[in-house]
Amino acid sequence: MIEEKIEELKKRIDEVTKDIKSSKSLAELKMAFFGKQGEISELMKGMRDVPKEKRPEVGKIINALRDWANEKFDALAESVKKIELEELYKTEKIDVTLPGRKLPYGAYHPNTLVIRELVDIFSGMGFEVFEGPEIENDYYNFTALNTPKDHPARDMQDTFYITEDLLLRTQTSAGQIRVMENKKPPIKILSPGKVYRSDDDATHSPMFGQMEGLVVDRGITLCDLKGMLDEFARKIFGSSVKTRLRPSYFPFTEPSVEVDVSCFECGGKGCRLCKGTGWIEVLGAGMVNRRVLEGCGIDPDEYTGFAFGMGIERIAMLKYGINNMKMLFEGDVRFLKQFKD
Amino acid sequence: MKAPLSWLKDYVDIDVTAEELQKKLFGCGFEVEELIQVGKDISGVVVGEVTECLPVEGTHLHVCKVDCGKHGVLQICCGADNVKTGIKAPVALIGATVYATAKDHVTVEGVMTIKKGKLRGIESYGMLCSGVELGVSGDMFEGADYNGLLLLPSTTKNGEDVKPILGLDDYIFDISITANRPDCQSILGIAREVAAVLGKPIKLPDCTYASVHSDDGVKVTDLAPDLCPRYIAHYVKDISIAPSPMWMKRRLALCGLRSINNVVDITNFVLLEMGQPMHAFDLDTLSGREIVIRRAKDGEQITTLDDKTFDLTHENLVICDGDKPAALAGIMGGLNSEIEAHTKELLFEAAKFARDSVRKTARALGQHSDSSAAFEKGVNEYTTSLAMDRALHLIEELGCGTVTDVHCDVKTEYSHDGAKKMSVSISKINELLGITVPTQTMCDILKRLDFGVDANGDTLTLDVPAYREDIDGYPDIAEEIIRMYGYEHIHGTFMPTAAVTNGGFNDEQKAENDLKRALVEQAMYEISTYSFYSEKDLDMLKIPADAPERRFIKIKNPIGEDLSVMRTTLAPSMLHTIVRNLRRGNMEGRLFEIAKVYLPRQLPLADFPDEKKRLCIGLFGTCDFYDLKGVTEAIADRLRTTFEYVPSSRSFLHPGVCADIVCGGKVIGYAGRLDPAISNKLALERKVFVAELDYDALMSCAHPFKYKPLPKFAEVTRDLALVADMDVTCGQIEKAISGACKYVTDVKLFDIYVGAQVGANKKSMAFTVTFTPGDEPITPEKCDSYIKKILSNLSHNLNVTLR
Repeated sequence: MIEEKIEELKKRIDEVTKDIKSSKSLAELKMAFFGKQGEISELMKGMRDVPKEKRPEVGKIINALRDWANEKFDALAESVKKIELEELYKTEKIDVTLPGRKLPYGAYHPNTLVIRELVDIFSGMGFEVFEGPEIENDYYNFTALNTPKDHPARDMQDTFYITEDLLLRTQTSAGQIRVMENKKPPIKILSPGKVYRSDDDATHSPMFGQMEGLVVDRGITLCDLKGMLDEFARKIFGSSVKTRLRPSYFPFTEPSVEVDVSCFECGGKGCRLCKGTGWIEVLGAGMVNRRVLEGCGIDPDEYTGFAFGMGIERIAMLKYGINNMKMLFEGDVRFLKQFKD
Repeated sequence: MKAPLSWLKDYVDIDVTAEELQKKLFGCGFEVEELIQVGKDISGVVVGEVTECLPVEGTHLHVCKVDCGKHGVLQICCGADNVKTGIKAPVALIGATVYATAKDHVTVEGVMTIKKGKLRGIESYGMLCSGVELGVSGDMFEGADYNGLLLLPSTTKNGEDVKPILGLDDYIFDISITANRPDCQSILGIAREVAAVLGKPIKLPDCTYASVHSDDGVKVTDLAPDLCPRYIAHYVKDISIAPSPMWMKRRLALCGLRSINNVVDITNFVLLEMGQPMHAFDLDTLSGREIVIRRAKDGEQITTLDDKTFDLTHENLVICDGDKPAALAGIMGGLNSEIEAHTKELLFEAAKFARDSVRKTARALGQHSDSSAAFEKGVNEYTTSLAMDRALHLIEELGCGTVTDVHCDVKTEYSHDGAKKMSVSISKINELLGITVPTQTMCDILKRLDFGVDANGDTLTLDVPAYREDIDGYPDIAEEIIRMYGYEHIHGTFMPTAAVTNGGFNDEQKAENDLKRALVEQAMYEISTYSFYSEKDLDMLKIPADAPERRFIKIKNPIGEDLSVMRTTLAPSMLHTIVRNLRRGNMEGRLFEIAKVYLPRQLPLADFPDEKKRLCIGLFGTCDFYDLKGVTEAIADRLRTTFEYVPSSRSFLHPGVCADIVCGGKVIGYAGRLDPAISNKLALERKVFVAELDYDALMSCAHPFKYKPLPKFAEVTRDLALVADMDVTCGQIEKAISGACKYVTDVKLFDIYVGAQVGANKKSMAFTVTFTPGDEPITPEKCDSYIKKILSNLSHNLNVTLR
């Protein structure tokens, strides 16, 4: 009799689980059989009414049913999960071409990138970074740089004055003197910063960035300047770029040179960038003038040195192909966002 | 400096092309900024002789047969009034290029190519040309100004190219001269360099003259020797003012000067040729036949040749006669002593005036001339003296007067002739250059540069040319040698003798780089703006009159009012940048700038001001205060610190959306929304948020990185839903929670609710509180006791209760 009941139950379980598709309804069904009031639980409870001697036998049968049902439900759970997953894959399929959500990365000012790259190049050669004040006095900006009051070179730079003596520095070279007054050779410094000249047109800005370099040590030669500039030019403009020195004049260096690099756009054949000459002027340099060393208490018979100075904007414009200097100071976001690190 | 090739050839035998010479000059330090080809637009024009000339009836035209030598006899129609048989004139052949002129035959309207033409049915195979059509003025070629055919001498050969005849085959070198070489601001100076670079001798211009004795003396008194170290005057009589000869006119014309008359042209010619300004006074007008060089009296006046009158001060040097100023020294002569057609006697002046004095006066009076430009660059006394001789020679050569023997040469204690001896060490020169230049080469180069050279062992004993005042020490000699020897001999070496040094950014510079990176990682763009702005920018931000931002440093000579004040805050520059972006249609942006402000210690400025860095942040577009705060919070994170935000106000910020940023009990900056009143005024269509932080104060808040071991026991979190009065801030509650229990390590708001369920003027705020255990685990019971303490603190201090 119990066997019949169990057969019937098995049949019913087979029947009701036939079309089951979701884990949830499977769990509900299982509850209906295994829950507190469930039929299988009821069967188990019914054991109390079974005569003692029959209990082992009946118990065995019921246990078998329970094991069978458990297995059945477990197996079903497996297959339902599979079905559900298949369904999930379908419903959760996305359009991978929709726009992504990102935390955008900002951008550095081109001048910052250039200064960082220059410092990177020169720090490998042992240059420290020194930053001097932007409001300087006549002594540091001119006199100590061998440019006394009536010197014609003062006309080369239109100076913004604040008082008779205080002015906006026209060159980062002013920092040279501050370093040499406080530090004795060996000196290898780089001095990046803002400088000011009373000039405002298409190619001049009243404020611009400069980077000054200074080396003072025993036995420093013009060839050393050339060697260091070659290295600089290769690293910043490309490994095939060469440098050329040609005579020039700065009051604080003697001999003084202009430094050109071979055009990295056309390889020196002549193009628009180099105005057909094959060369691009990038900086001024020279051997530190003896008077400048003397003025800083450095014996020019014991030490020699070289200095060089370049315009940051000029390097940035050449490097990135920026054709209008003003863009660097306008802060137009369409311009700025291009300069990812 | 403009130097015509034809003029340079007077002094040097130049056997290279203009282009080659340009390259050579460039190599030795004289950059030719422009190589101007005279007559570059003119081609295909030859000498033609009119052999037949028949009028065309009813017109002003003539039909001519023109013999063009090897180009044949051409039929040409000509409208000029001076065409006739037997003349020679320039013929533009078919395909030639000449200037096209307007109907007036004078105004040049471009370049045209000559084609076969037909005038009134008569075929014309070329064009007979005027001076204008060839770009030749009367100063370039005799008679070229005539509004008709340019007549060529009968000695010219038919068919010959006219360009050499008219001086159209010339070149002009426009050379940039460095400030150390004022001696090269002259044709002769350039010629010396050309001679040196080509290794040719220099032929000096003729400076000889004969003089006749005169009993009429002239007195010169120099009362300002510091401003006028040297003054030479020479008396010339029997002047006959006349036009200059063609060769002189042409020289002047090539350098862009118009011919005036022989005497004036001589002074201009000598200035161009030697770089020494000259002046000629009409001696009859000089009271007492006397020259007094002195500082002007305050309030004294002079009217210069260009009829401008100036009020003078004791800063201005004047050349006076017995009683009044007759010239503004080194700048321009006075109208009262001008050379005129009837001038019979003159006094030539060649002087050296101090650079600074001429510059100051020229600037102060706004009166500049070629003469003042030369004095400002500097003249040398060797040339002053030579130039006087040259001018007197030209007087004689041009026959415009009789040179007398009345010559006053006033040398003062400030005077020096320039020529000097010096000894330099050959090895020192080579050590500076880093190469070994053969001694013989050194000597050759220096000799080419006009140095007297004597080599003895390691020593070179040199006679420095008197005009080379720039030569000072052995590095100057090294430069002379290498610029002629060639910089291509300098090969790169890598400081083999230098000590090894450790390079790179220092810690502060690194910290700034790190801060910038943190900002860039927050999607910020870095900007760079000018360090100066206008006082009006402070008005725009409604900065009160007594605010520290109003204590600014002013530039004495700004480019304009817009850029006249050194900034004391970065906010105006940020705002300008944002406005510019919005006006250009860039409607979103996150910007930052780290730059200096300039804060005077006292005003007027007597000493270096404080230059303090600031960090300014600007956000615009669809953003709110919390976007801005997100950036400052990211900075705090980067510096391993925390900021407090205390409601505050600034004149230019929204009174309800403004906070002081506080760290370590100190206000280090502000953050807030631009006052809508200002936004409206600027017609900004987007919200703008600004924060500005004192950079040093900010960086001093940074905590150094220090590793903390992980807690032994797990952290415990509890959520607290609280009800607070409307005006209690989140920050106050956070502080009260943290303050009540030392194990609280984090308090995070996760919900905020205002509405009927919490009652009027109340808000509900829900926080997650994190407890980090110390040496013992935090049991639920312990945690309950902490919560109790927290709640009591909240209710006691802020009237905040559990919801």
